Amino acid sequence: MSRPVSHQGPRRLGPRRMGLAALSCLALAFAAGPAQGDAVVADLSSHLIAITSGFSGTSVVLFGATDGPGDIIAVVRGPEREMTVWRKGKLAGVWVNAESMTFTNVPSFYAVAASRPLDEALSPGAAALYRIGSTNLKLESKPPLTGERVQRFAKALVEEQQRAGLIGAEIGKITFLGERLFRASIAFPANVPTGSYLVEVFLAKDHDVVGAQTTPLRVDKVGIDAEVSDFARREAAAYGAIAVLTAVVAGWLASLPFRGV
Amino acid sequence: MDIYLPIAEVSLNVFVLLTIGAAIGFLSGVFGVGGGFLLTPMLIFIGVPPAVAVASSANQLVGASLSGVIAYWRRGAVDFKMGFILLIGGLAGSVFGVWLFTLLKRLGQVELTISLLYVVLLGVLGALMAIESTRALLRQRRPGGIRRKLHQHNWLHGLPLKTRFRSSKLYISALLPIGLGFAVGILSAVMGIGGGFVLVPAMIYTLGMPTAMVPGTSLLQIIFVAANVTFLQAYTNGTVDAVLAMVLLVGGVLGAQLGTRFGTRLRGEQLRFLLAVLVLAVAGKLAFDLTVRPASLYVVMMGSG
Repeated sequence: MSRPVSHQGPRRLGPRRMGLAALSCLALAFAAGPAQGDAVVADLSSHLIAITSGFSGTSVVLFGATDGPGDIIAVVRGPEREMTVWRKGKLAGVWVNAESMTFTNVPSFYAVAASRPLDEALSPGAAALYRIGSTNLKLESKPPLTGERVQRFAKALVEEQQRAGLIGAEIGKITFLGERLFRASIAFPANVPTGSYLVEVFLAKDHDVVGAQTTPLRVDKVGIDAEVSDFARREAAAYGAIAVLTAVVAGWLASLPFRGV
Repeated sequence: MDIYLPIAEVSLNVFVLLTIGAAIGFLSGVFGVGGGFLLTPMLIFIGVPPAVAVASSANQLVGASLSGVIAYWRRGAVDFKMGFILLIGGLAGSVFGVWLFTLLKRLGQVELTISLLYVVLLGVLGALMAIESTRALLRQRRPGGIRRKLHQHNWLHGLPLKTRFRSSKLYISALLPIGLGFAVGILSAVMGIGGGFVLVPAMIYTLGMPTAMVPGTSLLQIIFVAANVTFLQAYTNGTVDAVLAMVLLVGGVLGAQLGTRFGTRLRGEQLRFLLAVLVLAVAGKLAFDLTVRPASLYVVMMGSG
C-alpha cells in the first residue's frame, strides 16, 4: 500500500491503474470486515511522495468508504511554518517593504477536495470548527495580536500563498462510486513543500461533520537530489568547497577544445 | 525536459537554463564581465528564489570566468600582478558583503537594496561609458583630430605605495586596485555578480589600463571573488544550488569561448559603446520596476522578519 511512487521518467502508474489497485485493496479490507461505528474509513494509494530530478507534480489516490450517504471533504495540510508578510509602501517614489507581520502556524501547503462545493456540504460554523477551507486557517501572529490589521495581513498571506498554488489549489474532486465508496485523485503541484503532511477525511451529513479519519503522508526528496540538499545542510563548508571545485574543473575542461584556436 | 533543483526546490526546463547560460557566457567572453548582472535577474524571473539566484550565479561565475581567463591568457591579455592586487581587496570586500547580505535579509530589505544598487551603479557607469565611447568613436571619424594625453594626472596619482605594472604599462598606487577590489567584492556578495561591469570601466577610466588587458584581468579577479562568495553563501546562508550552477555552466562555458573570439575582433571603443548600451538598458528596466506599482502590495518570506 505504501509503496513509494517513483517519478523518474514517464509516470509508470496512471491514475486509473492506481485507482483500480486502490479499489481492489478496499475490497480486501471489506472482506475482513470494517470496524463497527466507523462512519468513514479512508486511505491513500501511497503515503510517500518522492521528489526526484524529473519531478513535475504527481497525484495520489484517496479512497475509502462511508457508513451511509453523505458528503466527503478531504483536507490536505502540509507542515506548519513561520512566515512573514511584508506590505510594500511608496517611499520617495520607490516601492519598499514598509510594514511586516509574522505568523507562526502557516500551513506550507493547504488544499481541500470535496464531493460537493464546501458551502453546500458544510455549515460555516462546522467549517470554522474543523478549520476546513482557506478562510478558516486560524493564523496566529507573533506577538499574539488581534484586530483589523492582523486580519488584513493574514488575508494577504493567504492570497499570496494561493497565487503560489500552495493554499487552496485545485487538487481534485471526490467522486462516489455508488452510495458508500468514494475515491479522488489528489494532484500535488511541482512546488509542493517537503515534510510531514496530514490528510483529514471528513464525512458530513446535514451540513455537519459526523465522522473523520486522519492519515499521514510524507513528501520527501529522494535519490541524488535528497543527498545533495542533505549534504548542503549538514556539511555546508564541504558543500561550498565542492561547488567551487566543480565549477573550476568545468571551466577548465571547457577551455580545452579551444586550445590553440 | 524539466530538472529539479535541490536547493532552489523548483523544477525548471533544462533547455531554458542552458540557453540562458550560453547567452550570459557569450556576453562574459565579449566584454570580460561575468554577466551576473543579467543572470541573477533572469533566474529570479524564471522562478528561482532571489537568495538562491544570487548565490548560484556566483557559483557559475567561477567556472565561466576561469574558462574566459584561460582564453585571454593564451593571447597574453592578462595582467596577473594587477589581478592579484585587485583580489586582495576583493576577498576582504566579499567577506564584508556576505555579512551585509545576511543583515539585509533579516531586515527584509535585500531585494530593494539589490535593485537600488543596480540602478545607481548601472545608470552612472552606463552613462559615463556611453558618453566617453561615443566621443572616441566620433574622434576617429575625423582624421587629424587632437590626440589626448596617454593619461591625465589627478590626486589619485599622489597616493602612496606606488607600484609598477609592466603588462599594463602603468605606475600607480597599489591602494587604487585594492580599494576598487574591495568595493567590487561587496557588490559581488550582495548582488551575486562578479562585479565586472563595475570593474571593467573602473579599470579603464580610473586606473588607466589599456582596454585590451582589461577583460582578462577583470575575469581573473572575478574567479577568486566568486569562489569566495560561493563558499561563504553556502556556509552562511545555505543558498548555493550546485545543480543549477552546473547546468548554467555547461551552456555558459561554450558561450564564453565563442564570445572571447568575437570580442578580440571588436575595437575598444565599439566594445565599450555596446557594453554601455547594455548596461543602460538593464538600469532603465530596473528603475522602471522600482517605481511602478507592484502587482501585489504584499510579499511573503519564510521565517520571522
